Amino acid sequence: MSVEPLWVEVAGPIIAGIEMLPKNAAPSTIGAPTIEEETSTEQALDLPWHVVVHNDPVNLMSYVTMVFQRVFGYPRDKAERHMLEVHHKGRSILWSGMRERAELYVQQLHGYLLLATLEKVS
Amino acid sequence: MEIRRRKNQIEISELDPFLAELLRQIPTSANTEGAPAAEQRIFSPPANGKEAELCAEWKMYVEPELRRLFQTATQTVGADLEQLNGNEKSLANRTLRIPTKHADAWLSVLNQARLVIAAKNNFTETELNDHLHSPIGSRRDLSLFQVNFYGFLQEFILRELEC
Repeated sequence: MSVEPLWVEVAGPIIAGIEMLPKNAAPSTIGAPTIEEETSTEQALDLPWHVVVHNDPVNLMSYVTMVFQRVFGYPRDKAERHMLEVHHKGRSILWSGMRERAELYVQQLHGYLLLATLEKVS
Repeated sequence: MEIRRRKNQIEISELDPFLAELLRQIPTSANTEGAPAAEQRIFSPPANGKEAELCAEWKMYVEPELRRLFQTATQTVGADLEQLNGNEKSLANRTLRIPTKHADAWLSVLNQARLVIAAKNNFTETELNDHLHSPIGSRRDLSLFQVNFYGFLQEFILRELEC
């Protein structure tokens, strides 16, 4: 009694199901792959977002500077520049980048009670 | 009133009953309940109206976290303020000692109280910047004084944190 090797038992039915094309067969009828267009949501996720802080007459300037230093790790002079921009121009873009991280920054800023928003880069 | 840093504490001494009462009111003043304008300011939206989905998710997932954060800070400050509990006589020249490890909680609650009071009273920027305001003659004046007093404490704590 002969015993077939294991691979024949396992692979045999699979191989049998594949139609082998002759060498000179016409080009395959399989069309070129269709590349689907990315949806607008996916595109939106890839676009950078701004973390914007808005002016608030109640928050102390020294407090806002401290928050920028803590949240973004900015040196004092850079944190002060942004604080003054908020104070004089009403808003300042503190950071730009991927949405997930931008959301985290805004959450931290809200934790310090600053008026902060996410804005999609247009 | 005197305020100074002593080792690991911020010490506010020679408190008269009026200032002691203002200090005791910090947690209550930070409460947004029943004040939609204050609630809106403390829990402001994370984006403009176009990002409705983001704002809805924020309200569902982030806002409760923020509420817990603010509540914890308020509890810390409330516990420190228990030093001021007592009758009016014993409040005279009372000293409040704030452990420096509670400084962040104090900064947060003082800030929240200032924002809530300002929102409730709808103070203008001019009013808030008028540090030479005339003596307290109305409830509104008292609220403005409260905002400035809490701001003064915030400034002091910030300065101490930098040292």
